[in-house]
Amino acid sequence: MPAVKQPTMKSAPQYTEFHPRWYRPRVSVYWWMGEWHYLKFILRELSSVFVAVFVVETLMLISALRGGPEAYAHFQQSMRNPLVVVLNLVSFFFIVFHTITWFNLAPSAMPVRLGGRRLPDVLVAAPSYVAWLVISVFIGWLVLR
Amino acid sequence: MAKHESNEAFFWMLFSAGGVVAAIFIPVHLFLFGLAFPLGWMQAPTYNNLMSLVRMPLVRIYLFVLCSLPLFHWAHRFRYTLYDGLKVKHLNEVIFVLCYGGAVVGTVVAAYLLWNIG
Repeated sequence: MPAVKQPTMKSAPQYTEFHPRWYRPRVSVYWWMGEWHYLKFILRELSSVFVAVFVVETLMLISALRGGPEAYAHFQQSMRNPLVVVLNLVSFFFIVFHTITWFNLAPSAMPVRLGGRRLPDVLVAAPSYVAWLVISVFIGWLVLR
Repeated sequence: MAKHESNEAFFWMLFSAGGVVAAIFIPVHLFLFGLAFPLGWMQAPTYNNLMSLVRMPLVRIYLFVLCSLPLFHWAHRFRYTLYDGLKVKHLNEVIFVLCYGGAVVGTVVAAYLLWNIG
C-alpha cells in the first residue's frame, strides 16, 4: 500500500490577516509645502542637519588643536571662507529655531502643576530661556577671557 | 522592525537629551567660532588660551557630550525626516544603520580626539 504523504507541521502555517480594503489616499512628497504648520515641522526636523554640521566643525576644531598652532591657524583660515560663513549663518538661524521650538515644546511635553492648577506655558518655558542666557554668557566669558 | 520598536524608548531618550544639549549649548559655540571670530566681530582666542581650556578634564568631558549627544539627536530626527518628509519608508533598515552608525562613528572620533589631547 503506497504511503500517503502526510502534511508536516514543522513550519508554522501562514495566516492571511483578513481586513477590508483600506482607504489610503496617496500623499504627495511635497505634502509639507503650503501650510505653515507643516512647513514649520519640516524646518524643525531639518535643523538636525545643521546640528550635525556643527558637530563636524567642532571635531575639526579639536583635531586642529591637537595638530598644533599652525593647524589651528589653518582651521581659522578655512572658517573665514565665505561659503563656510554663509553655511554657518544659515546653521545659526536653524539652530536658534531648534532652541526656541524645543523650549516652547517643553510645557506641552511636561505640564507642571502647582496647587492643582496647570502653570501657564510661559512660566514653564521661561526657566529654559534664563538657563540658555546664563550658560551662553558663561561659555562666552570662558572662551574670551 | 519589531526589534527596533522595542528599543524606541532608548533612542528617544538619546534624541531628547541631545535636543536639550543642542538647544542650550550649540548657539553660543556656533556664534563665536562660526561667525564672530571668522568675521572679526570679536578677537579669537589664541592657540594657547584654547589649549589651556581643553587640557582641563571637565572641558574635555563637556566637549565629548557636546559632540556625541547632538549626533544622536540628529540621527533620530533625520531618520524620521526621511521617513515622513521624503516618504522613503522602503529603505528603513539602511537609513537606520546610516543614521545611528554615523552618530556612533562621530562619538568614537570625538572620544579618540579628546582622550589624549594636549
